[in-house]
Amino acid sequence: MSTLTDFAAGIAAGAIRVVDLTHTLDPDFPVIILPPEFGQCARFRMEEISAYDHRGPAWKWHNLTLSEHTGTHFDAPSHWISGRDVPNGSVDEIPVDMFVGPVVVIDCSEGAAKDDDYELTPEVITAWEAEHGQIPADAWVLMRTDWSKRRGEAYLNMTDDGPHSPGPTPAAMRLLVEERNIRGFGTETVGTDAGQGMHYTPPYPAHFILHGAGKYGLQCLANLDQLPATGAVLMAPPLKIKNGTGSPLRVMAMVEDKS
Amino acid sequence: MTNPLSPPPRKNPQIRSVVPTQPLEIRSRAAVGLTACAAEGRFALQTCVECGTVQYPPRDACCNCLGVELPWRDITPFGELLAETTVQTSVNSYFRERAPWRMGSVKLDAGPTVLCHLHGDIEPRARVKMINRLDKAGQGVIMALPMERTPNMEDDPILRAISCDPKLRRVLIADGRNPNAPALVKVLKDAGATMIFVGEAESWRPNPNRALMPDAEILPLDVTDTASVKELAGEIGGKVDILINNARFLRPGGALARGDTGWARDEMEVNYLGLMRLAQAFGPGMCARTADGVNSAVAWVNILSVNALANDPSFGSFCASQAAALSLSQSLRGEFRSSGLRVMNVFVGPTDDEWHQPLPPPKVPPAGLARSVVQGLRDGLEDVYCGDIAKETAARHAENPKVLERELTMGGAG
Repeated sequence: MSTLTDFAAGIAAGAIRVVDLTHTLDPDFPVIILPPEFGQCARFRMEEISAYDHRGPAWKWHNLTLSEHTGTHFDAPSHWISGRDVPNGSVDEIPVDMFVGPVVVIDCSEGAAKDDDYELTPEVITAWEAEHGQIPADAWVLMRTDWSKRRGEAYLNMTDDGPHSPGPTPAAMRLLVEERNIRGFGTETVGTDAGQGMHYTPPYPAHFILHGAGKYGLQCLANLDQLPATGAVLMAPPLKIKNGTGSPLRVMAMVEDKS
Repeated sequence: MTNPLSPPPRKNPQIRSVVPTQPLEIRSRAAVGLTACAAEGRFALQTCVECGTVQYPPRDACCNCLGVELPWRDITPFGELLAETTVQTSVNSYFRERAPWRMGSVKLDAGPTVLCHLHGDIEPRARVKMINRLDKAGQGVIMALPMERTPNMEDDPILRAISCDPKLRRVLIADGRNPNAPALVKVLKDAGATMIFVGEAESWRPNPNRALMPDAEILPLDVTDTASVKELAGEIGGKVDILINNARFLRPGGALARGDTGWARDEMEVNYLGLMRLAQAFGPGMCARTADGVNSAVAWVNILSVNALANDPSFGSFCASQAAALSLSQSLRGEFRSSGLRVMNVFVGPTDDEWHQPLPPPKVPPAGLARSVVQGLRDGLEDVYCGDIAKETAARHAENPKVLERELTMGGAG
């Protein structure tokens, strides 16, 4: 039997679980809010073209409106100014083998439950590595915060000084990118950066450091509590949008349960 | 005094809702001049330029000198009741359903004698104050009122039929995030509205207005989302007697000040398509309920920039969306006409909010706008100009739209 046949048989038999890490595209799902004088992320909208009626008797279909960065989505290097000259920096140019790969999960849910502005620091990463081994090169690193379980206003958690949600410090991003050479970084929050990430140097360190190095981002992920710390495989193929800086997508993880 | 309206009992679900009927709509073209004045609440009659005769009913020539230049001029709205009658029945279904109906002839101080509707509190041979209002067919009609206010006078059945008074009615305000929403809630509550629903988009964002609207029922409504609009109409569409569309997206700049069509699209999504979505979802139900007793559906209110009439390039793209909304409101007038549902446009100049912050006064404050909305409803108007800038712009537009356009589009040296 080939590896792929074994793989298919493993899924069929339930030995490999496929976990959906995606939120439903829903008009009411929050998007990032920028100061109103800036351009804004389009909300997800769905307009009926016809529904088995006079507009089309035997079929139902919709037109969609959304941003590249609406809902659970992928960030390509060209999303950020630091990544604008990175080769293969847009979603249509990224080699497809980048869309399937190993994933590790750093569980920050306990800290994030106590502190809305919880920071992923190098110390947290090295403590995790002491337990699970060094983060392998070219792996996705996901920051679990259980933030995806929040609803309504609690998700963006906006106050007068902006949103408050957990995220990585610049030093943590440099460690992951420059020393571990990860493939990408993913979060359960609306962006890869902390809600207050604009106040770091550089501002929005996850975006700046990841994309400047040609790495990828995933955000608005869900169900990270169903993944093991190591050993899962992530599938995250964005839509093939010409010069796209990102894309809504279905993110799945394959988990082999230890028997 | 007039018997005060009582809150209506809950509807009997086994009885068919009354289907709207209308007074006669047909008028001569000359007579539609009265309608145009009524739309703005002006008491005006044809006045001959040549001999100064004020005449009624409207004609194509002066009844005194055959002059044909007969502009509608505001005249002193007083007179004396000469004779009266009470119509007990009629071949017209609208009046038959509403009989008895009091009518009379009034000798106006300005000259002519007019046949008009009479308020119930007018004594025989009394001095009266005249108003010109739109009836359920949307045509101008003249009504005589007592000179002094009488108790509950707005509850007179004839006056109630030609106004859109919010008293004992239920109102939906589309956008609870607009700075004017709390002020609208307050004046409507004070005006006797029984329920005030307020739509709120994106409940996942804080809305500081929420705490300022304790008298309102806040419900999810996003005018850019067809499903959201349909859902709310499905839930409360049968209880909306007055809909106030105050949803507005506004950014400064015309075509060249912006590098793209992003905000223009948002402006059209909210200001034009938002109105269309609301109309498609709430319009049919409201049109079906215009004869539904004390709390019948009565008015559709749009709040528009007066620069819907003539573009101000410093807000050029926004103004284009307002012109689109104005045009659609005219279509809605036609589409609502047979039901008697009134479309009232409230035109404003710069409003006192973040997007007009660097502009000098005068700016329309939320409370002023809210007062204009309620007064316009009480007067059953179609066109309300709120604040000095809106009034002046509308007057200049009426006088010469090209001159106004040229003045609004002066270059930097202008």
